[in-house]
Order: sequence, then structure tokens, then C-alpha cells
Amino acid sequence: MSLNQEGVGRIARLARIELSAAESLATQDQLNGILGFIARLQAVDTTAIEPMAHAIGVVQRLRPDLVTETDRRADFQAVAPEVEGSLYLVPKVIE
Amino acid sequence: MINASLKELSAALAQRKISAVELATLFLDRMERLNPTLNAFITTDRDKTLAQARCADEIRKVGAGDTAASLSDTPLNGIPLAHKDIFCTQGWRTTCGSKMLANFVSPYDAHVVERFAAAGMVTLGKLNMDEFAMGSSNETSFFGPVKNPWDVSRVPGGSSGGSAAAIAARLAPAATGTDTGGSIRQPAALCGLTGLKPTYGVVSRYGMIAFASSLDQAGPMAKSAEDCALMLTAMAGFDTRDSTSLERPAEDYSRHLNQPLTGLKIGLPKEFFGDGMDTDVRAAVEAALAEYRKLGATTVEVSLPHSELSVPAYYVIAPAEASSNLSRFDGVRYGYRAPDYGDLADMYSKTRAQGFGAEVKRRILIGTYVLSHGYYDAYYLKAQKIRRLIAADFTEAFTQCDVIMGPTSPSVAFAFGAKNADPVQMYLSDIYTISTNLAGLPGMSLPCGFGNAQLPNPMPVGLQIIGRWFDEARMLNVAHQYQQVTDWHMRMPEGMA
Repeated sequence: MSLNQEGVGRIARLARIELSAAESLATQDQLNGILGFIARLQAVDTTAIEPMAHAIGVVQRLRPDLVTETDRRADFQAVAPEVEGSLYLVPKVIE
Repeated sequence: MINASLKELSAALAQRKISAVELATLFLDRMERLNPTLNAFITTDRDKTLAQARCADEIRKVGAGDTAASLSDTPLNGIPLAHKDIFCTQGWRTTCGSKMLANFVSPYDAHVVERFAAAGMVTLGKLNMDEFAMGSSNETSFFGPVKNPWDVSRVPGGSSGGSAAAIAARLAPAATGTDTGGSIRQPAALCGLTGLKPTYGVVSRYGMIAFASSLDQAGPMAKSAEDCALMLTAMAGFDTRDSTSLERPAEDYSRHLNQPLTGLKIGLPKEFFGDGMDTDVRAAVEAALAEYRKLGATTVEVSLPHSELSVPAYYVIAPAEASSNLSRFDGVRYGYRAPDYGDLADMYSKTRAQGFGAEVKRRILIGTYVLSHGYYDAYYLKAQKIRRLIAADFTEAFTQCDVIMGPTSPSVAFAFGAKNADPVQMYLSDIYTISTNLAGLPGMSLPCGFGNAQLPNPMPVGLQIIGRWFDEARMLNVAHQYQQVTDWHMRMPEGMA
């Protein structure tokens, strides 16, 4: 399952990371090296094994559906790249 | 004073032999002198540190009867420590070693930071680290590599390399670290320190910037096991803000320190003692085991048959979780935003291309691939199943022994650039530590000698102890007893006097 340039481009688009042509070529080699390394997992028979998502098998806690946090919008927006009128500014998405 | 244990510092403060301000000044002055060589700190602020120290002195002066009376009695009040820059700290920059967060000042404190502040500890600054904790050598930080104080041409280990270098050079008596695949234990080994990764869920991850959420765990780094026990007692505890934090009664992790080791059964995994370990490392680990036998322990061979799969399983699971966690860095709510872009998708792509370094991008891309349509079952689900096999190996091994021991790292600290050309070779640096993260077990590293056969400078070797789930107090006892009869943990790099 080795990656070609088209595959690298598809993953980069999914990951929202722009790669230059030179970066894309270098990335292809490195990713294929890593994929080759992790391919050894395929040799193990795991048919009857349950996947283990977390190390300690605890049940998710629930809490009452109540507002517990105070409004700290100003604090959080103070670290944003661009804010106007308490809104985060991004490029226009609807013409 | 720079070599004193936390207990000794605490006693000196309680007896008014030194004030918190004087103590902080001592370390700040060393930092000013030595950090330009080591690059262990990313952010320091003398005024903020001294303000905290004055506050600690005031609390001690006021004493009983005041609302702060309980603080004056805490053993850590007035003792300085430094935080890995992965922990959010209100009022201080929190960069996570990345250009993406180079100017980020968190509006809140991480749980761990709150805990130490509540105990009266004084923050010396924020410590350098591999970008987003991704690395085994501290060469991936946007702020440049950290140098190993034992030999500045060598790496300090990663990703908590700044924490390790700072303590080894006595720029701080203790520090916080995080361990996703060995990032406390491996740099502790490479810099001659003691470091503990607790059982997953024992220390809250709230405010600790997430890398791989099911593996990340915060822990203490210090000179000795006794110091780590004091720190862990302050760090651990239930936190409703972390859904994986475990509700357990508070523990005093120092409670077993002085128990003798007679009858202790040490398991030695045959897979850890095969090929791949350097001769110097093997000799130091064997000598440590001989010392343990003298202390009354017995050793038994155990097997962890799936351990060879731990690194490939980790490099599926960790990047998968990282690709999800790091999706939040999009240039909208905090952090870096590319200066020039077109539409929204272009802004995301350029921001992430410019804000992340090469290793972070590599892992996000691998994570995106293994989670993508058609590959999820083959990679991610498969790795999660193998993770269960790895955890089951430990359960079986612990039917025959109380703790497991082996090397922490296959080699002593390597030279800068030695493993940069091949990511897989770098990933194998953590071959002995990763399986405990996958299983959620506690693991620690303590100094057990030096490797110096072919090196210009002797470099520290780490002995790893792996315990049963929640067995931190016993592991600290096992490490402390060894440190009572050896002095490897008290050695200091010559050039750092």
C-alpha cells in the first residue's frame, strides 16, 4: 500500500496542509518508509481481539445538563488572530 | 543548595535558612548564565517569578491563623519549579515548541499548574520541548534544539528535553513533563534524572495541549525518586474537566519509600534484553540489577511477546489521534495565521503549512492516511487490537513479578542530527518505553550508571521500572531504595558547576 504523488496530494488536502512540489516528493518517501514500518502489524492474527481504545476501561461520566462556566468571551477572543465586534473574522465563504 | 533535594529545600525554607526569593534568585541567576548554552527555557520572566516567591515568603511569614495557613505547612511552598511548555499557564506564553503558538498567552492554567501553584511552588519559566511533544531528541522545537548538559554536542532526549536539561544543569530543582511514548522517561535517562509517567488517568490532562489523548500523561521529573514522590502527591487527583481523569482517593506517594525490598520479584522481559541494546547500556543495567539482588530482590525472566509491535502500533495510534487533536490549529481562534491567503480552505492550508514544522506535518499526514476511508480497519482498528495484546502481555507478566525492569533507552544520548534522515530510526529510540503508554501502565526511569566506552564524555544510562496499574508508590519505593545505596542520581555535569 505505497503512496504515489496523487495519494500524497489527496492526504495533504484532507489534512489541510499545503505542500510544495519539493515537499510533496520528500513526504512521499518518508510516508512510504513509515507505512512500510507499520505494515508489519498486518502479519498478526487479531480476528477474535477486541480493539482497545483506552488504556483504562472506564465508563464515560455524565454530569447534570447545567451551565457551570462563566462568560469569558473577551479573554478567549483576546488571543484570536482577527476579531471584530465579538466575532471571529475569516475569509468570506458565501458570495 | 542547587544539589539539595526538595525535602532539604523545604526544610531550609521552614527553618528560615533561605527565603523563597533568595532561592528563586539563585536559580534565575544560573538560568541567565547557562541557558544561552543549553536553550532549555523558551520563556522566563524574572519579575513574575520573584513576585510568586515573595508571595510564598509572605504566606510562610503569616503562618497559622491566616486563611493561607494551610499553604504555609505544605512541603512545597516556596520551592521553584519549571513547566514544560505544553502546560497552559495564565499570563505566561505557552508555545508547545511551535511557531503555531509562538505568541500564545493562555487565558487559563492547566490543572497541573493550578495544583503546584496551590502548593505554593514558584514558576521559574517555561521549558523547551519537541514541537507538540513529537520527537525523541528535542530537535523539532521551533525554538531550536536543547543541548544535553553532559555533552552539548548531544541531544537531551525528547520531548521533555528542556525539562531534563534544566534539572541536570541545576537550572531548576524539579520540572513537569509529559509522556506519550516515553517523553518523560527517555530524556530523564539521557540526562541522568529520575522521571515518572503515572498510570493513565491519575494526573489530569486539562490544560495540557493534546498530542495523542489516549496516551498522553503528565508526570514529575526531578533528581530523585523521593522528589518525584513529593511532586506526584501534589499533581495527582481527580478533575471533572478531564473526562479521562480517574476518581480515586488522594494518595501520599511517599508512603512506601522506606520499605525494604526483601522479597521483591523483578521481572526481566527477555525481549528487552536481546539485540539492539548498546553494550554500555547493558552493562549499567546489569550492574543495577545486581545491586537490587543485594537489596533482597530476586529476578525472574518474563516475556512480552508482542512488544516488538509496540512501536508500529504506536505510530498508527498516536498520529491518528494527533491528526484529530491538531485540527484545532486552523488560524481562526488562536495561534498563527498565514499573512496571505485566498479563500477559507486556502487560509487553513497555508496557516498549517507555515505554522507546523516538518515532524508535526509528517505525523498529521500519517494520521490522516490511517484514518481515511478504506484504510481505517487495516491500520487504526488493527493497531487498537494489537494494543490489547500488548496490555494482556503485561497482565500475564505481572502474575510472576511485582515490577518489571529493563533499559529505558537502547543507547546513551546520541549526537545532533544522527537520526534525522530516517524518521523510523528516530522512532525506535522509544522502543522500550512505548508499550507502557499503550497499556496505560506507570513507568519510570532512574539513573543507573554511565556509558563511556567510546565517548569523550561519560553519558548517563537510565534503568526503567514498570509497575502494575496504580502501583506508583511501590515503584517509587523500589527506586528510592536503590538511590539510598547509589549516587548516580546525585552526579552533576562537570561544565555546569
